[in-house]
Amino acid sequence: MIDGVGVYDIVAVATIVFFVGVFGFLTRKNLISLLISIELMLNAVVVNFVAFNKYLYPGRLDGYIFSLFVIAVAAAEVALAIALIIALYRLDNSIEADDMDSLQG
Amino acid sequence: MDFGYTIWIFVLPILSFLAIGLLGTRPALTGRSELLRGRVWGWIGTGAVFGSWLLALVTAYRYFFVLGTPDGHRPVVFGAKWVWMRFSEHLSFDMGILLDPISVMMLVVVTTVSFLVHLYSTGYMAGERGYARFFAFLSLFTVSMLGLVVATNIFQMYFFWELVGVSSYLLIGFYYDKPSAVAAAKKAFIVTRFADLGFLIGILILSYYAGTFDFQTLVSAGGPVLGGPAGRSFMGLSVFGWALGLIFMGGAGKSAMFPLHIWLPDAMEGPTPVSALIHAATMVVAGVYLVARLFPLYHEVDGGAILRLVAWTGGITSLIAALIAMTQEDIKRVLAYSTMSQLGYMMLALGVSGLHGHEGLGYMASMFHLFTHAMFKALLFLGAGSVIHAVHSNLMRDMGGLRKYMPVTHLTFLVACLAISGIPPFSGFFSKDEILAAAFERDKLLFVIEYAVAGITAFYMFRIYFGIFWGRERTYAHTPHESPAVMTIPLVVLAILSVLTGLVPFGEYVTADRTPYHGHINWPLALASIAVGVVGILVAKRFYQRPNDLPARAAEMWGRWYKWTRDKFYIDEIYQFVAHKIMFAGIAAPVAWFDRHVVDGFMRGLGWMTETFSLLIADLQSGRVRQYAFVFMGGLIALVLLVLFVTGLLNG
Amino acid sequence: MGERLLFYLLAGLMVLFSVLAVSTTRVIRAAVYLLFVMILMAGFYFMMGYNFLAGVQLMVYSGGIAVLIVIAVLLVHHIEHRVERLSAFEYLWKGAVVLAGMVLTLVSLRQFSFRRLEGAEHATVADVGERLLATGRGGYILPFEVISVLLLAVMVAAIVIAKGESENARNHD
Repeated sequence: MIDGVGVYDIVAVATIVFFVGVFGFLTRKNLISLLISIELMLNAVVVNFVAFNKYLYPGRLDGYIFSLFVIAVAAAEVALAIALIIALYRLDNSIEADDMDSLQG
Repeated sequence: MDFGYTIWIFVLPILSFLAIGLLGTRPALTGRSELLRGRVWGWIGTGAVFGSWLLALVTAYRYFFVLGTPDGHRPVVFGAKWVWMRFSEHLSFDMGILLDPISVMMLVVVTTVSFLVHLYSTGYMAGERGYARFFAFLSLFTVSMLGLVVATNIFQMYFFWELVGVSSYLLIGFYYDKPSAVAAAKKAFIVTRFADLGFLIGILILSYYAGTFDFQTLVSAGGPVLGGPAGRSFMGLSVFGWALGLIFMGGAGKSAMFPLHIWLPDAMEGPTPVSALIHAATMVVAGVYLVARLFPLYHEVDGGAILRLVAWTGGITSLIAALIAMTQEDIKRVLAYSTMSQLGYMMLALGVSGLHGHEGLGYMASMFHLFTHAMFKALLFLGAGSVIHAVHSNLMRDMGGLRKYMPVTHLTFLVACLAISGIPPFSGFFSKDEILAAAFERDKLLFVIEYAVAGITAFYMFRIYFGIFWGRERTYAHTPHESPAVMTIPLVVLAILSVLTGLVPFGEYVTADRTPYHGHINWPLALASIAVGVVGILVAKRFYQRPNDLPARAAEMWGRWYKWTRDKFYIDEIYQFVAHKIMFAGIAAPVAWFDRHVVDGFMRGLGWMTETFSLLIADLQSGRVRQYAFVFMGGLIALVLLVLFVTGLLNG
Repeated sequence: MGERLLFYLLAGLMVLFSVLAVSTTRVIRAAVYLLFVMILMAGFYFMMGYNFLAGVQLMVYSGGIAVLIVIAVLLVHHIEHRVERLSAFEYLWKGAVVLAGMVLTLVSLRQFSFRRLEGAEHATVADVGERLLATGRGGYILPFEVISVLLLAVMVAAIVIAKGESENARNHD
């Protein structure tokens, strides 16, 4: 518990960071920038887990352990995403998200 | 008594149809072998029908002589009966074999003529292209016709009715590279289809109000039609009256009754054995058979109003056809018109008949005439085919003096002409005499018409007889010769049958109420009809036996009338006018315009709208992930807002 | 009071750096700003007393992921590479939508009354380890194993994808 800080304050900060991530996702064109935005969102969510665990369910560990899992999965995801970005870069010599539209109908 | 074996009467021709149709028409199978390419398919077809013929004869013997009349009248037996499609507890389509006097008689007629025609065709069609195809169609026709005559219910009859229509179409159009044959096939099909539309509507009305398709139930005295109240009526006739009238329309189409007869003369474009089998002996009597099958209904419903229509249709048809037959040049067309005329006789006989005892003379006479006519008309056609085979022409002016070259054909043709002219002891005399007697008792005017027609018939038949076998002696490019034995044997057999069938005491076997009836010849009438027949023959002899200028002078004297009959009373032209000027220009063209512009326009408009709209929204699927994310985000926010608003959380 | 001030300082920096991370035109800088955000989050965890979690955050995110992203940037871009910007209009209306979502979420959170479930706190590393490996009720052994397998699979996949087609395979086409 942080003195003088309630759960709402922490969750509000996390919300702001999350929406900044969303904004980045919507406005950036570069695949790596998109990845960065996603990481922001993911981190904000982890903060929520931790804060809820700490403030609302202090007798339990589930939020804690979930945040550990999220971190692990995020690490895996980033590794995979970067591998994909490199492969795409080799293919197209570009990592602009808008160039990746071969699935267009 | 078990008649289960009668199923084999069908199965044999079905098997031969499948065998010939599937195997015989494949060059890959038959191309190499001389044997297979040759007559083997014809013999397979003939053999199968021969089997059916024997079985039909056995059936007839067992039915008429072994089974007899257990309780005073001949029973109705089912050789087979099973449900094909069940609609409700009471209504189902059945298939089966119904044996009663007329169906057994028809089995004999169909298989006899079919067998002899098959046999004849093995010679007549030899060397033709499509030999196997011909026999396949012929077998198909035989199956269909047999199915028609033994139908247990009106739906089965309709089913096979259409099948005979199809086989007739296929066989008329057998020479499909000849435009006139194709046109004739189409004409036959369309005209009979048009009539069958009436038949179908009639069946639907009848079965809707009667609640059954089954013949036995329909015609039974306490059945839904005859037992119940007359039901609702429309324009003076009860619903059953309308149904029977429409059904008769189908029968009139098939039996070439005026004014639906126009297809029959053109149907002569088919090979001659086909004309003999289908368009003389069997299929065209289907209409007569249909009326006979439903005869109690025709007799009772609306006090016999429809039956009078039947009688008059028959009478007018026979007169018109006989008049046209007098002036035609093509011998097959003369025979076709003669067939029409004789079918008119049969219809008329049914039309003037009653139900029981002596009243039922017309019914008996009609069936009798059907029986004898099948034999001598098939004989006439086969004889004509034999002549055509020899001189390679249908036209009478290309013939003459053939009696020296073709003695067997000549004699058998003469027998047939005498039979159709009603000279005793040939078969036509007996049946025609009974028809005249029946007409005389019912309606004097119809009797007068038929009496005149009898004389005209004798005249035109002997006109072609003298024209072909006597008349002008001429030299032929190829000396005509008698046909091979496979063709003359059927002629001889049919000639013998044409002589003998008249002596059958027909009333013993076939009557309207299935009770044996002992008829006797009405000698004053018979003498009168012999007299008119003899007059007709003598006039023809005077005109045509030796070349002279009498025919030309007669034609000149009767000027306009001659031209009218030669041009078949312009009935084809009237149809043409009605079809082109009224139906095509007056109805079809506006409807087509409406269809093309309004209906199609609507559909095209729908297509255009869809296309435009989809092009409009196609850009939504851009493949750009960020755009998707944005839409997703916006949608999520909107949804959350909606949920909050609905649950009232937004207001605290 | 001191902790509260520290929290607001951290929060303000975090928001600032995250905004910078998504608005800078240089990708390499964006990666570094992300790194800062992650470190600040580890600060939150420290303040909440979750030292182990903060350590993991620092090690995996700051030490691993951020570095990985920096390396990726260097692999595909020049270090001075600037990404092109969108039009101001697009920034504005996308920003407006995002802002709407944010305000909506904040308002909803404000109105929601969180309930605290009392209990004795035991969040030592030993506790966490026991929970992770517990097989009974409330144990996380199965997800733990699944995640291990997932990590292994991702390692293999990342290598295969980034390596690209081998010369051998290309010749077979």
